[in-house]
Amino acid sequence: MPAVRAPWYHSRVSDSACVPDVAVPIPATASAAVPTAMMSARHSALVRVTHWITTLCFFALLVSGVEIVISHPRFYWGETGNDLTPTLFKLPIPASRNLVPSGYGYVLPDQNGWSRYLHFQSAWLLVFTGLLYVAFSLLNGHFRKNLMPDGADLSWRALSRSIAGHLRFERPGAAEALSYNVLQRLSYLFVIFVLFPFVIWTGLAMSPAFVSAVPAAVNILGGQQSARTLHFFVSLALVLFLLVHVGMVWFAGFKSRMRAMITGRAATPKEGA
Amino acid sequence: MSEPSKPEPSTLEPSKLEPSPRDSSPRNLSRRKLITTGLAATAGIAGLSVAARLAQRYGLIPPDHGGFYGFGETLTYASQRLLTRHSLAREFSRSQISQPPFPNEMPPLNDAFKSLQAGGFADWRLSVSGMVAKPASFSLTQLKSYPSRSQITMVQCEEGWSYIGEWIGVPLSQILQTVEVHPQARYVVYFSIDPDWWESIDMADALHPQTFLTYGMNGGELPVGNGGPLRLRVPRQLGYKSVKFITHLTVTDSLKGFGKGLGSAAPEGGYAWYAGI
Repeated sequence: MPAVRAPWYHSRVSDSACVPDVAVPIPATASAAVPTAMMSARHSALVRVTHWITTLCFFALLVSGVEIVISHPRFYWGETGNDLTPTLFKLPIPASRNLVPSGYGYVLPDQNGWSRYLHFQSAWLLVFTGLLYVAFSLLNGHFRKNLMPDGADLSWRALSRSIAGHLRFERPGAAEALSYNVLQRLSYLFVIFVLFPFVIWTGLAMSPAFVSAVPAAVNILGGQQSARTLHFFVSLALVLFLLVHVGMVWFAGFKSRMRAMITGRAATPKEGA
Repeated sequence: MSEPSKPEPSTLEPSKLEPSPRDSSPRNLSRRKLITTGLAATAGIAGLSVAARLAQRYGLIPPDHGGFYGFGETLTYASQRLLTRHSLAREFSRSQISQPPFPNEMPPLNDAFKSLQAGGFADWRLSVSGMVAKPASFSLTQLKSYPSRSQITMVQCEEGWSYIGEWIGVPLSQILQTVEVHPQARYVVYFSIDPDWWESIDMADALHPQTFLTYGMNGGELPVGNGGPLRLRVPRQLGYKSVKFITHLTVTDSLKGFGKGLGSAAPEGGYAWYAGI
């Protein structure tokens, strides 16, 4: 049966690449029916371009964000916080300002100027990239086809099977070279629709000018210092996602996954049998 | 320009088993792509140049718009200026005032300051010049003779800390009205007694009802640690725009002649001129 879904199928549903939409798990032999030299379209140009711009922006935001935190590695809850008030927690790192009681006998060089310029510049580029990605993905069905999990995949049984498979570090099957598994879909959706909007919101909530126009943006979060603390934690969540994401890419086959995200094409695995 | 219409290639595709027309006719694909890309690029360039003209006209270009970070800086300033032209900084209740008030780090005070301090700041002057009909110099007593206003607002440092204080003073708009600012004025440049510390704001901030020349704090005199005897408070921007120890301000239509022409000391030290975020 899988044989009829051979070459034309892959090229037709290239973008969506939802090969395993059959309810039964595709046996490894299924891919043997696909000619081994076959290269299937995997990621659309939009996905690839926005992915790499996002990567670039994220690293710029991360580096500059770390530099900004170093100037005051203390975190608070509520509206205000400074060297005279109790902290929620402190990072055990030296600071780039000598008034901060960091516990270290030295002060790191101040890097806040360019860090802030770079942080906001990358944020703008990332926001535009994200808007472009979301708008086109809504229009062309990328979210619906490639990121929304199948109803059947969301059953507890299917989910627990997928989670168990991940926990056992099972190598992804042939199908996953061409389509995302359910946990992947859920985590991408979470990053796109929860973490990114929240990191933008908490960032803007620290802007005295922005909150003068939209005070609810910071009041809902419990104050300016709460917004800063939340911004830090959402950033940590994004870094955690990045680490797992890169780890999984490594695990699944760094070269083939990178090739797919750069050239847009994925080889249908030969070692299917 | 347009070519005679051809039958849509997709109608020629025979079988549903064939790959979709999008994939199958590369020539057609590239032409369509070329036209779309061309149109998009033209629209984009036209849109950008219109946007740049409008931005220039409505004063949405910051003085530090050059260089690598000019793109982001201009977007930030332009969007926040449009969004916040009349908005008010958040004000807090008396119970939210930070105790004790936080005096942050400062460069050492110079001799000029110390000698004025020894005289109880009786000789402290604020001179106002530039594009005004009546240049003037105000003593602290004269400034205090105007109806005093107070606001309980937050000082937020670019480093990340913050505190809330009650700030007492006279709105800058009151002084600008007194000296009769010319209508073509676009910026107010203000100078600390520390010669390395000067800043500027646009007229939207200069005339903003919460932009104060402050001489009091939390019901008393403004402590030296918080910028006394005279500090300009710009509560919709980060702390470094609220320059301490103000002695002089000048009204201008261009920032080119000041320092390196970047608007203030901040960009010369690597920091953004506009600090609304």
